[in-house]
Amino acid sequence: MIKTDILIIGAGPVGLFTVFEAGLMKLRCHLIDAIAQPGGQLSEIYPKKPIYDIPGFPSVLAGDLVNNLVEQAAPFNPGYTLGERADTITKLDDGNFVVTTSKGTQHQAPVVMIAGGLGSFEPRRPLIENLGDFEGKGVEYIVREPQSFLGNDIVISGGGDSALDWAIYFANEGSNPVTLVHRSDRFRAHKDSVQKAHELQEQGKLQLITHGEVTALKGDDQLSEIEITVNKNEVKTIKTDYWLPLFGLSPKLGPIGNWGLEIEKNAIVVDTFDYQTNIPGIFAIGDVNTYAGKLKLILCGFHEATLAVQTAYKIIHPEKKFTMKYTTVQGIQGFEEKETPVLI
Amino acid sequence: MKDVTITVIDREGESHELIAPTDMNMNLMEVCKSYELPVEGTCGGMAMCASCQVYVLSEEHIGERNDNEEAMLSEAFYVKDNSRLGCQINMVEDLNGLTVELAPESE
Ligand SMILES: Cc1cc2nc3c(=O)[nH]c(=O)nc-3n(C[C@H](O)[C@H](O)[C@H](O)COP(=O)(O)OP(=O)(O)OC[C@H]3O[C@@H](n4cnc5c(N)ncnc54)[C@H](O)[C@@H]3O)c2cc1C
Ligand code: FES
Repeated sequence: MIKTDILIIGAGPVGLFTVFEAGLMKLRCHLIDAIAQPGGQLSEIYPKKPIYDIPGFPSVLAGDLVNNLVEQAAPFNPGYTLGERADTITKLDDGNFVVTTSKGTQHQAPVVMIAGGLGSFEPRRPLIENLGDFEGKGVEYIVREPQSFLGNDIVISGGGDSALDWAIYFANEGSNPVTLVHRSDRFRAHKDSVQKAHELQEQGKLQLITHGEVTALKGDDQLSEIEITVNKNEVKTIKTDYWLPLFGLSPKLGPIGNWGLEIEKNAIVVDTFDYQTNIPGIFAIGDVNTYAGKLKLILCGFHEATLAVQTAYKIIHPEKKFTMKYTTVQGIQGFEEKETPVLI
Repeated sequence: MKDVTITVIDREGESHELIAPTDMNMNLMEVCKSYELPVEGTCGGMAMCASCQVYVLSEEHIGERNDNEEAMLSEAFYVKDNSRLGCQINMVEDLNGLTVELAPESE
């Protein structure tokens, strides 16, 4: 069981900045995110785009803003549970909440801040009837440990950066055939990657099937063959150990929608005094919340986080007085030791 | 500049008449959102998510898909010959009378 003061669900910009604001009040934080890297939409959707409305930064690349937020939070040594989705929440008799992830990791804290943005990023699932039978049995949406795929036949679908990047990686690293299937001959991926894929095809390391689509999956328990329909009528069957449909990720509010929180249009209703939800001790900040006049902007999320931690402090330390101090006057006093998971 | 009238059929089959300005640099995804129709627009209009996919039912009003749009639609689901990305359709006077249907949301 991981124990902390404030458990933050979502390591987007708003979740990351919460660590800093909480740290100023000597509160410790732990972040959970479904994707493997921090940054939320900024990392997943638009890392290379400039943002022009962060006060004091006439222009900043989304990826750079995320790196800066991670650096700003670092003195407060937050813990991270990445690549796991927060699935369930229960309240203990002592007032603490326990949040359990999709992989069973448990986290305990007196305050939970949901900074879940548009929702947890989940892979887009292609429309194939028996897809569910092979998920985790040859069909994988995320490449977590690339080495474990080496030595196997791999088919990849998609035309974006992750499809091309992994096709190139496996064509270079693996000894077995790699097939990239795409429905068009135009790719969303970076031009350099597309050119490299064509070069690998000439070298016989990558088979590129354009105007093709995977239309059926076959196998006894484990995936063993897939059917590819080319030019809408020609059907090819090829043997494979893995199929990686990499059609991008799309955000889903998901299990948080069943936590008993008041929801309006896919967002959590909060009180603008401190961004607390209808369940005391659970806050919602950033894109995930809604209230009269809400704007889904990074700047607004930062403001919400700052106010929310003031009430969080009172919940965590009801007996202690505290007053806001300027960082200019006080400086930053980080936590030296890294938060250690406590086993109970 | 004139306003244009666009008909949008939602996923329940209900038809909505939207009046959109042509001088606010808006696209069809944004117009739908401003009328609170269920269009996500997750990528903010960068042709990167296809959550704004529509089927164009009155072809005479509209130009060709652009390259980014073509590339995104080649990875999206439920794509038909008359699929377009709403965010790539800018509000211009020629669109007056356009009818579109919202594509299903992908899982
Ligand atoms: C293309 C584009 C351009 C934009 N440009 C600007 C701009 O110029 N200026 C501006 O201010 N804003 C801009 N925005 C909006 C801005 O990105 C959002 O306001 C911001 O990302 C919100 O931050 P957040 O931390 O609330 O949520 P997010 O960035 O959405 O992060 C939420 C995180 O929570 C995780 N999560 C959710 N639920 C769970 C769960 N159950 N378990 C585990 N993890 C979970 C998600 O995986 C995600 O990583 C833009 C958005 C887009 C898409
Ligand atoms: S809003 Fe994302 S593709 Fe149009």
